[in-house]
Amino acid sequence: MKFGIVTFPGSNCDHDTHHAVVDVLGEEAAYLWHKDHDLAGADVIILPGGFSYGDYLRAGAIARFSPIMVEVVAHAKRGGPVLGICNGFQIACEAGLLPGALLRNDGLKFVSEPVRIRVENAETMFTNRYERGQVLRMPIAHGDGRYVADDATLDRLEGEGQVVFRYVSGPGDADEYWSPNGSMRAIAGVVSQAGNVMGLMPHPERAMDLLLGSADGVGLFESMLAKVAA
Amino acid sequence: MNRFRVALHILPRRGILDPQGKAVADALQTLGFKSVEDVHVGRHVVVELQARDAGAAEREAKAMCERLLANPVTEDFEIAGVSAS
Repeated sequence: MKFGIVTFPGSNCDHDTHHAVVDVLGEEAAYLWHKDHDLAGADVIILPGGFSYGDYLRAGAIARFSPIMVEVVAHAKRGGPVLGICNGFQIACEAGLLPGALLRNDGLKFVSEPVRIRVENAETMFTNRYERGQVLRMPIAHGDGRYVADDATLDRLEGEGQVVFRYVSGPGDADEYWSPNGSMRAIAGVVSQAGNVMGLMPHPERAMDLLLGSADGVGLFESMLAKVAA
Repeated sequence: MNRFRVALHILPRRGILDPQGKAVADALQTLGFKSVEDVHVGRHVVVELQARDAGAAEREAKAMCERLLANPVTEDFEIAGVSAS
């Protein structure tokens, strides 16, 4: 299976993502430059983390109009899988591929730390290797991670199982939602109504090896392999 | 065609937590500005453009806000002024 990893000016997790796909999963990956007009035959598109265009105007607002995004949106409309991580989540929201928006953390500080997230829906093409209720450990590193949408949208997301991950507090307290950034309803990740686009603020590509603190991100990539290859 | 300068105000939508505005309001209170009830921090954008007349310049700026300059999910915008430049 081939992954296409988009590099925008200011992306800085593209190499970590490439490492996760190629070295850990043993799959094929291609970097896609933001000015490219084709997806190089990739089955899955990943919008990686970083600070595309310096987060000018709003995080993701300018990257969303990069030439490659025309192809990414077309790929998503055809049902092709798209995964947005951190800045990629912000870009996917700005592009209208996912509902809601990501605003400045409520504490106004950049937060870089490992967090615990709970799998709320293990039926998606991005989470089928996890169990519902499973708590994963992954790092976050963002200044604009506060997920916001209007109440009607949030109710709909919850009703349709589109809330995929929520932040939870420490061990033994797995049911208590807690948000490191003020996200509404402690939402850390959502999936599109059609189920083929997911965005999350935590970094699964930085949780691929126990040597570095957590291998909980591996399941997310393996989920895609299982589903897309099938 | 004439040259116009359009000033735009983009503000966080009312009801959505504005931590920056709240921090500034708290700081003003601390400084003794007890009259302060609320503060909203947004962006002020000035676009210089060519248009037939002021109305056309305003319509163009509105389209820019809807397309890129403001996020329709979280922000509101207003045209603060149009002047020939």
